[in-house]
Amino acid sequence: MAVYEQTYKPYKGTLTPEGSRFLIIPRHTLRGVFNSKLFTAFYVICFLPPLVEAVLIYLHHNVTALAIMNVNARQLIPIDAYFFQTFVQIQGWLAFFVALLVGPPLVSRDLRNNALPLYLCRPFSRTEYVIGKMSVLLILLSWITWVPQLLMFLFQSYLEGFAWFRSNLLMVSAIVISGIVWILLLALLSQTVSALLKWRIVASGAMLGFVFIPSVFAGIVNLIFQTRWANIISLFALMNNVTAGLFGTFDRITGRIQISDFDDNVVREILLLEPPLWACWIVLFLFCAVCLAILHWKVKAYEVVR
Amino acid sequence: MALPASVPEEPIKTHTALTEPPVIDLHGLSVSFGNRPILKNLRGDLRGKAIGLLGPNGAGKTTLIHTLLGFHAPSSGTAQIFGMDIIDQTKQIRSLIGYMPERDSFIAKMSAVHFVRLMAELSGLPSEAALERAHEALFYVGLGEARYRRLETYSLGMKQLAKLAQAIVHGPRLIFLDEPTNGLDPPARLRMIKLIREIRDSGHAHIVLSSHLLLDVEECCDEILILKDGQIAVYCNLEEERKSNRKFLMIETRGDQEKFVKAIQQLGCEYAISGDHRLKIVLQEGVEVRDLYRLAEEQQVQLRRLSYKRDSLEDIFLKAMENGYGGL
Repeated sequence: MAVYEQTYKPYKGTLTPEGSRFLIIPRHTLRGVFNSKLFTAFYVICFLPPLVEAVLIYLHHNVTALAIMNVNARQLIPIDAYFFQTFVQIQGWLAFFVALLVGPPLVSRDLRNNALPLYLCRPFSRTEYVIGKMSVLLILLSWITWVPQLLMFLFQSYLEGFAWFRSNLLMVSAIVISGIVWILLLALLSQTVSALLKWRIVASGAMLGFVFIPSVFAGIVNLIFQTRWANIISLFALMNNVTAGLFGTFDRITGRIQISDFDDNVVREILLLEPPLWACWIVLFLFCAVCLAILHWKVKAYEVVR
Repeated sequence: MALPASVPEEPIKTHTALTEPPVIDLHGLSVSFGNRPILKNLRGDLRGKAIGLLGPNGAGKTTLIHTLLGFHAPSSGTAQIFGMDIIDQTKQIRSLIGYMPERDSFIAKMSAVHFVRLMAELSGLPSEAALERAHEALFYVGLGEARYRRLETYSLGMKQLAKLAQAIVHGPRLIFLDEPTNGLDPPARLRMIKLIREIRDSGHAHIVLSSHLLLDVEECCDEILILKDGQIAVYCNLEEERKSNRKFLMIETRGDQEKFVKAIQQLGCEYAISGDHRLKIVLQEGVEVRDLYRLAEEQQVQLRRLSYKRDSLEDIFLKAMENGYGGL
């Protein structure tokens, strides 16, 4: 079917391996995503916190620089689990906004334009379609979450020495697992919202609402009932707990309320306990299962009207 | 590692030989949506080069195509395409199929060439080959000059052509075209019909054309499958059906038509009065036109006009709708 021949001819060449075809979707989608200068600018900004992190790590190990700046090394933030956990959480927030910008139109646009039959009439399954669409976010978010954090960890190890690396090796799994869990949640949430709502703006609003409304509600319930158990419905709180658990910094007691009598004698002390880690993991797991069930229900070539 | 393409190099014959697996083999295929049966126990093997899928609204044409594509699971029975089962070998079948959906379908914010290239890549073509064939397919369907425009800016006719381009870009062996001329103006329709006939005549692909427009099917297809209420009303080779069908004679007479009609009846011919002085006669075996001239002379009736007419697709379709299931 050459341009000059103008006839129909079958394709006689080689075919690509089936297992890697889902990567075609992110390759084509990412090209479109970076066509937006605004998004590209925002994505570049996402690399600023790791840059700050790198500078802080560097300063910790550069006596000359500290002397010039007249700063004592003890005045600097210590490079420990809290340090990396803080930056993982900052990057998590940025990842949320990237997901908010990129995620909602991914499936909704295809649903609105009836494009699903075009994908699914080919040797390309629904699973591959969902994985392909999720890969767009998994790739984008990996570059701003666990990948730079891992590089920072290696940078710190390089400067501090092998002994530090060996004693903090668990931090590697904390960085990678917390990063992957968070971007997986964001990818699933945005795909699910995108599959349920055909309009991008509505889908973005719904995603924002889905994350913030339960968090606000949880905050109100916590305040009224003097508890922290309502955090079980807040995605951010759950993720903070899970991340802290992975870094080994999790403490269930996040506050104390002391009730005193008129003589200022403490008559009762209430401990504000976060939900246990196992409960946080179970809720996150259920959240993923619900998202997958919705995607299984919605991502079809055609809706069947029964 | 690249896999060898499974597309045959030899052009296909007009009809697949009986020793070869049929293009589509229906084994009691039934599909229900909830408790509502849509396709009921479809049986038969379709071997035509271009098969027209006809039927009134809601007959199950699109559902049949979707089921063959693996979009709907059969409630009972199964079907095979080129000898491969639609339930167990969906992926292998899909690699041999091109599909042009009925509804407006495209990927937003993409130029036509980007869109067709993506579709080719999803069919398994390497990136460079996909790009090359995307250009070729778009030139072939007549969108060469507009291939860098975004699909959202295309007219309905151009979108139909872009859909055809994505259906043929990977060189499938079987192409499902669901209402390809829907919403097209007459020149665009002619262009689409011409392309379908060219693909058919190239001998490299079988076509299943679903349409409400009998003329489209008549112009493109050599076999027809008429569905009625989810069942096969007719499956026949159009040309053979026309040949084997009884010949009609359209006659215009002057004189005493009643006597002439009685005489025709005595000859054993069926007739229908289709207007003033006009008769539609079905010639029985052994009856020739000269017998009619003789009768006319005997009854003092003038034959002003006499023309042969074979069953049109419309006749076949209407009969199928009247007769019920199982063929003419």
